[in-house]
Amino acid sequence: MSSPHRVLPGFRLSLGFTWAYVGLLVLIPLSSLVLKTVSLSWPQFWDTVTAPRALAAYRLSFLASFAAALINVVFGLLVAWVLVRYRFPGRSLVESLVDLPFALPTAVAGLTLTTLFSAKGWYGQHLEALGLKVAYSSLGVAVALTFIGLPFVVRTVQPVLEDIDADVEEAAATLGATPWQTFSRVLFPAVLPALLSGFTLAFARALGEYGSVVFISGNMPMRTEIVPLLIVTKLEQYDYAGATAIAVVMLVASFLLLLVVNLLQRWSHRRLETRPGT
Amino acid sequence: MSFRVSFPLLVVLVLSGCSKSSGDASAPVTLLNVSYDPTRELYEDFNTAFAKHWEATTGKKVSIRQSHGGSGKQARAVIDGLEADVVTLALAYDVDMLHDKAKLIPEDWQKRLEQNSAPYTSTIVFVVRKGNPKGIRDWDDLVREGISVITPNPKTSGGARWNYLAAWGHALRKPGGTEATAQAYVEKLFRNVPVLDSGARGATTTFAERGLGDVLIAWENEAFLLTDEVGRERFEIVVPSESILAEPPVAVVDHNVDKRGTRAVAEAYLRYLYSEEGQELAARHHYRPRSAAVAQRHAARFADVKLFTIDEAFGGWRKAQAAHFDDGAVFDRIYVPQAR
Repeated sequence: MSSPHRVLPGFRLSLGFTWAYVGLLVLIPLSSLVLKTVSLSWPQFWDTVTAPRALAAYRLSFLASFAAALINVVFGLLVAWVLVRYRFPGRSLVESLVDLPFALPTAVAGLTLTTLFSAKGWYGQHLEALGLKVAYSSLGVAVALTFIGLPFVVRTVQPVLEDIDADVEEAAATLGATPWQTFSRVLFPAVLPALLSGFTLAFARALGEYGSVVFISGNMPMRTEIVPLLIVTKLEQYDYAGATAIAVVMLVASFLLLLVVNLLQRWSHRRLETRPGT
Repeated sequence: MSFRVSFPLLVVLVLSGCSKSSGDASAPVTLLNVSYDPTRELYEDFNTAFAKHWEATTGKKVSIRQSHGGSGKQARAVIDGLEADVVTLALAYDVDMLHDKAKLIPEDWQKRLEQNSAPYTSTIVFVVRKGNPKGIRDWDDLVREGISVITPNPKTSGGARWNYLAAWGHALRKPGGTEATAQAYVEKLFRNVPVLDSGARGATTTFAERGLGDVLIAWENEAFLLTDEVGRERFEIVVPSESILAEPPVAVVDHNVDKRGTRAVAEAYLRYLYSEEGQELAARHHYRPRSAAVAQRHAARFADVKLFTIDEAFGGWRKAQAAHFDDGAVFDRIYVPQAR
């Protein structure tokens, strides 16, 4: 993995530090999580993690997080593009607004969104007229997760877009490319790795989100209950082992998903680098 | 710069940390009261009153820190090592767990103070919109077709377990009531519940700010707070014919007070809750006092309602928890389709 030429000395030291840091901060806490489930027998563990209610919660958490990340990929790219390529009044305001979901306490986000989307709220009253129920439905969960995920996509794509000179587009145009070709063959492949990172970050963040979702989801078992809430519910019964069992399932599933996305990302990177002419 | 400022502070902190355990008379003793959410204002007033009382009787200063949060979460924090001298929680089951999970207190903790270690009580009432447009008078009105009921999830909110048990107890105790009719009643009730908030304050917000629901099931002290805070022009309280006596218990955490040398003051602190002044403060913060004399003075506030205890109707918290709120127990069966 390491390149033969190392300009900076101290590779061993810094590698050791990296392992120690990641180990202390991530690996050891997570292993203690797995250890807590050891108090369950295998059939108990299996019953806990495959209970119908748990299955419904996994489904909601993964689908809503996936949908939210996907929405953010599309619209986050758009926002990043506009912010990079155009100068308009209020641009710096939009720039800082994008970061707001990072900083806002999630409970505040949840309360605000619920107020807007409930039947009496500004958005909710119009949506309700169209027969769309957002607050207290799985749609609301996706809305909250989209809100908190937006900055991840914008902030990962933006620097990459900034690196692509406008010349590249012009060159494509002079070579006879249509706007669509310019986008799909020149720009998109260049931002794809960054988009995938953004997607991964937004998706991972959404899976773990609790604060904002519990306000807007209504928390109905089997219907709008997310996995983190199920874990809290188990803790509230002092069922530490059950809570960690569900957590372990989430952990393994998230890890596998992130691994797949990382592989995909590396593949798209390599494809970009080996393309003739670049 | 910041180092220079913080270093003396650090020294002070370290020194005060040392002196705590040695019971140094010159340094004020600190107590940590770990409580649940709606008692914040009550204990702010009570702490001032107790500190004054303690200094007057013993000549020593005491300062009390408070911590508030969901009752179960607070109990878990103490189990995980938060050094509470006393806990004042929403339900005895959470205090029981301090014994079961960490042996911080003896099993018979609830017998150590009078009245089941609950110096003040409350009950479960209804809050409806002004004028009571749906004509809600009693428990049976909650299961009518088209009535929308707001109550938090009893699995995540300790306080809401009292709501659920009040409903169940009513159905069980009325003429002809059996376990089966009680379960049918509660199932019907929760079919009228459109949203299960994770905590009591969340449910209050849903009802008051989002305008969802025709009736909010709430603790009486929370209901008073709601009608007092937003004025009586939007909501009114409906007291059902019968309800549960909610007994939020208090306990000294033996393990912690013995380690910190604060047992005497911690015990005096809790006993003072039963005093004339403690009872008066509880009543002023909308809790029902135990003292007959104080109750007499506030008789106009607290509606006369037939109250049953959890021991009478359910045989205590441990049994209620196992039968109703554990995984796969009655409450889960309302929502989760059962494998046959």
